[in-house]
Amino acid sequence: MDNAIEIKGLRKAYKSFTLDGVTFDVPRGYITGLIGPNGAGKTTVIKLIMNLIRRNAGEVKVFGLDNLRHEPEIKARIGFVYDVPRFPEDLRLEQIASALAPFYPKWDRGRFLALLDDFKLSPRTVFKKLSHGMKMQFSLALALAHDADLILMDEPTAGLDPVFRFELLEKLRALIQDERKTVLFSSHITSDLERVADFITFIHRGRIMFSAGKDDILESWGVVRVSGGGLRPEDVPGLRGYRRSEYSLEALTSDIAAARSRFGGSAACDKASLEDIMFFISRGDTHA
Amino acid sequence: MKIIISNSSPDPIYEQITRQVKAQIISGDLREGDPLPSIRKLAHDLQISVITTKRAYEELEKEGFIDTVEGKGSFVAMQNKELLREKKMKLVEEKLAGAVEEAKLLGIGLAELREMLALLHGEKE
Repeated sequence: MDNAIEIKGLRKAYKSFTLDGVTFDVPRGYITGLIGPNGAGKTTVIKLIMNLIRRNAGEVKVFGLDNLRHEPEIKARIGFVYDVPRFPEDLRLEQIASALAPFYPKWDRGRFLALLDDFKLSPRTVFKKLSHGMKMQFSLALALAHDADLILMDEPTAGLDPVFRFELLEKLRALIQDERKTVLFSSHITSDLERVADFITFIHRGRIMFSAGKDDILESWGVVRVSGGGLRPEDVPGLRGYRRSEYSLEALTSDIAAARSRFGGSAACDKASLEDIMFFISRGDTHA
Repeated sequence: MKIIISNSSPDPIYEQITRQVKAQIISGDLREGDPLPSIRKLAHDLQISVITTKRAYEELEKEGFIDTVEGKGSFVAMQNKELLREKKMKLVEEKLAGAVEEAKLLGIGLAELREMLALLHGEKE
């Protein structure tokens, strides 16, 4: 499988937060979700891919090219959607598009207008009149209209109502009908990724916890629940995190099949959702 | 081809797809040579991961239900009549096994189960 993005040993140190040893690939032709709690480093990773901030160490390759040495040609092929799109407030949408078009060799005005129509946005509307959801739509229309090979989005669904979110995810699915297109988006709304993502990369406290196919994760991870104090967390095979209460022990495992055969009927073994995984790894009493 | 995905089902999504496609092939709703939607199209229509539909098609291919021709797509495979009957038999067996399992949980014995079966079988004739 070839990759749209390859990241190796990426490091960025801030005073109170350090992103370190970040290594993962974003396979071409698929949707990859970058998940993690707030402050985990998702935005930092995306800014480093876009070279908006300086890295301390490591390597980022986009379309097989170094992202520093080939910055202009890489960026012409990326559609970047910010969490809060910012454009000159008093310009009409068509004016913003005309100002940006020269930067993109594959700009397609017809496609842009068709997308606005799709989203029921008028090209003559002034940017500041748009709601947050409409701004996201406009931003996505810009990205899609220059026929970007890689759509990079930072928390695109945050603050959107379910209708807008569903529509946005639908557009992304439609995009990768073309297997040369790739999507990477960060989100802390795991349910959006649960259905639509092909791969999941989980980041926590500046480090990658895992990066794998979503189906594989949802099939092999699980939550084991037992009542009383009879079980020690260490007894759970594939332990990745746990939470203890007065009445029960809940443990996250990356090997639910092993847990099932170990405990049989004496424990409830359920599939884990991405939300469970995020919760136990980041907020559980401890993680292995 | 008709497929309905349930999010609350305990079965993995790829299994829901393979089960429904198989049922349609066995029932004759899908016939030999019928084209299936592409992996990416099906993923889009069902709003699920491409990997999931890919895996479903791979399973169907492995079990001989469909053929994939590079560059052309996937089609319902030539069904050997004998094999088809065997597959249907297996389906019946699976369903019976499920019924037996449920009966055991309720403490229904073999004799009583036989009676129920005879009754059901008679009714349908």
